[in-house]
Amino acid sequence: MTRELPLLDAQSISKFYGSRSGCEEISFQLFSGEVIAIVGESGSGKTTLLNCLSTRLMPTSGSIHYLGRDGVARNLYQMSEAERRFLMRTDWGFVHQNPSDGLRMAVSAGANVGERLMAVGERHYGSIRQTAQNWLERVEILADRIDDEPRTFSGGMRQRLQIARNLVTAPRLVFMDEPTGGLDVSVQARLLDLIKGLVNDLGLSIIIVTHDLAVARLLSDRIMVMKEGRVIEAGLTDCVLDDPQQPYTQLLVSSILKG
Amino acid sequence: MRAVSPFIISNLSKSFTMHLRGGLIIPVVERVNFSLEAGKCTVLGGPSGIGKSSILKMLYGNYKIDAGSALIKHGQEQVNIACVEPRKMLEIRKKTLGYVSQFLQTVPRISALDIVAEPLLQHGVTQKTAHERVKELFTLLNLPEKLWHLPPATFSGGEQQRVNIARGFITAHPVLLLDEPTASLDTKNRQVVVEMIEKKKQEGVALLGIFHDEDIRQSIADKIIDVSDFAPLDIVKGRSKNEDGQAA
Amino acid sequence: MNDEVGDGEVLASYNFAYLDEQTKRMIRRAILKAIAIPGYQVPFASREMPMPYGWGTGGVQVTAAIIGPEDTLKVIDQGADDTTNAVSIRAFFAKTARVKTTMQTGKATLIQTRHRIPEEALTNDQILVYQVPIPEPLRFLEPRETETRKMHGLEEYGLMHVKLYEDIAKNGHIATTYAYPVKVAGRYVMDPSPTPKFDNPKMNQCEALQLFGAGREKRIYAVPPYTNVVSLDFEDHPFEVTKFEEPCALCGSEGAYLDEVILDDKGHKMFVCSDTDYCEKQQRKKMQNLGEEAKQRAFS
Repeated sequence: MTRELPLLDAQSISKFYGSRSGCEEISFQLFSGEVIAIVGESGSGKTTLLNCLSTRLMPTSGSIHYLGRDGVARNLYQMSEAERRFLMRTDWGFVHQNPSDGLRMAVSAGANVGERLMAVGERHYGSIRQTAQNWLERVEILADRIDDEPRTFSGGMRQRLQIARNLVTAPRLVFMDEPTGGLDVSVQARLLDLIKGLVNDLGLSIIIVTHDLAVARLLSDRIMVMKEGRVIEAGLTDCVLDDPQQPYTQLLVSSILKG
Repeated sequence: MRAVSPFIISNLSKSFTMHLRGGLIIPVVERVNFSLEAGKCTVLGGPSGIGKSSILKMLYGNYKIDAGSALIKHGQEQVNIACVEPRKMLEIRKKTLGYVSQFLQTVPRISALDIVAEPLLQHGVTQKTAHERVKELFTLLNLPEKLWHLPPATFSGGEQQRVNIARGFITAHPVLLLDEPTASLDTKNRQVVVEMIEKKKQEGVALLGIFHDEDIRQSIADKIIDVSDFAPLDIVKGRSKNEDGQAA
Repeated sequence: MNDEVGDGEVLASYNFAYLDEQTKRMIRRAILKAIAIPGYQVPFASREMPMPYGWGTGGVQVTAAIIGPEDTLKVIDQGADDTTNAVSIRAFFAKTARVKTTMQTGKATLIQTRHRIPEEALTNDQILVYQVPIPEPLRFLEPRETETRKMHGLEEYGLMHVKLYEDIAKNGHIATTYAYPVKVAGRYVMDPSPTPKFDNPKMNQCEALQLFGAGREKRIYAVPPYTNVVSLDFEDHPFEVTKFEEPCALCGSEGAYLDEVILDDKGHKMFVCSDTDYCEKQQRKKMQNLGEEAKQRAFS
């Protein structure tokens, strides 16, 4: 039996800010179609790790091999910037906590979704618009809002638009940084549903950073618990949340599931 | 030659360490030994609180196993659940090991039909075929047709449980764990579940269940394992040892 | 110091063409680099000029760096030779470099322009210098200079089409009518300064060297002679040149770029050539033709 190669293989990722560490010695593998959640309190290093993984930040040491569409695994940190940026706008997505970090607020919803298509050379206005429209419907934004700017949208709509903008090029890996943070509970539930549905339909691989264990439970297959820059516990999401081993994880679980 | 048992559990032990309560150790079970047989239903017996559910959860990979092994026949290989990689566990859950819990994990906006069809779709069954099979099961379980297209969040306990059962029974997992699937059902529907379990047995599925209802246990159990036999010997000692910590 | 500029009416204390020789050399180096990398914005140490930013300080510095005593200079402002900006820049070089000036496109060796390319085709012994306010075509969509430089460097120009997409979505057609982005020599996307898109096709395979100077933004860029300059567009919304429904009210020519002129308070207006030199030439031709016709009629 041939062993499946991981989509992303992170080895000993460390990031130091001077003598202070952001994250230390983190290794894991992500396979195609898997959703992995990185949880922990703010300041635990989860966002630093996410930024290192997505090459938005260069780590102090470590390597990440990413399996390209051609079946070859390459070290992301040795790629040229051009290659990495190409990867970022085609094969990857990045959903920011604050939609205005991931959207062009002064450009219409349609153009926000269409930008990646134009960036990879799509030059037919009609088909760009049609694709944008399909994606807006898919993320439950009414078609007649296609020419409106996202600054006229509600928080939930903006976040859904950001997701559509990322998924339009059919990426295989999506990074999410607290995608439901700052949203009302009901809006959050709707967004989670939507993400869950898209994950099932598209077979996306996702690395999601969240401090909300309920979000991790609903979306992820696996979980990594971070504390002070290190992964202190990892495993199947339901196993880690139902039978946490580390004192810190037990604290985290007991503080959240109290309600 | 006898075929390999689909699930062999040897010397399984489990305790919880409560770090928030001064490192209190609560032993659950010790040296659990039994194995399942294809086409047979094994039932875990004993008083409540003895660790029956914990055993099911350990076998499903939901609780960590402290010691011992649980070998499951997964396709051509035998895998030890006690030290399996998460990814492998997910694959086992998908293909080999099914689980019907007491409660349905509802996903807010997805219809009952789609919730039950999902595992089939994952196995590559077309949506049309999957929906037909779900409808058959719903009819069998007397779930009113007007509910089929609604999300089950607002269903009654019994209705939710029937959706849950349908989801657990629709796939062809060779090993099936049942955690009180009949708890909130009326007599008529319990009987339906009993028949469904019988059918699984005929298909050669190895079942392991917890049933509080004496009648059901009698009618489906091929073997009853008394979990009291695996109660930790030092349980009383352990508790007294930690009494101070507990009080503080 | 240049001894030639020693006598009488010219200002003794100024160097030839105002800028000192070191500065001119610095600008020339930037120009050479710009010519070597068509469409690429070369930074240069823009100097304070004796005129405010926005009045063509970039173009003036480029002109000052390349002008010689033998040159004949023409200055265009919105197509016209007789508007303030054109008059003062022409006077500036007449005074500081004592060069000949002209209003006729064909007679000029060096043409500095704001907002227009002459209607008359340029030749390979001419240089066209553009005054540029904002050289960065990506600026209005991406405010970060570090990011736009990276985008140019990596040829990431999807954003340029986002702008055109927005135009079509809002107006049903590409409504950008000036500063219409072009791709130069198949590589760099360039802002052709605020010339009307009507003039874009003239830049393509132009015989003359085209130089662009942005004083405030401190950038110089160039299109060498005979270079491909393609206006960006969509397959289903191709680039189109502005068309005028009526001919010039003065010279009657069709196919030239026209300005709207309001005649009175009652809203009467007419459309006339924006290129005044071209218009005058056409008018002379028209008069000649009329004269010929009259002559022929008289003798027949």
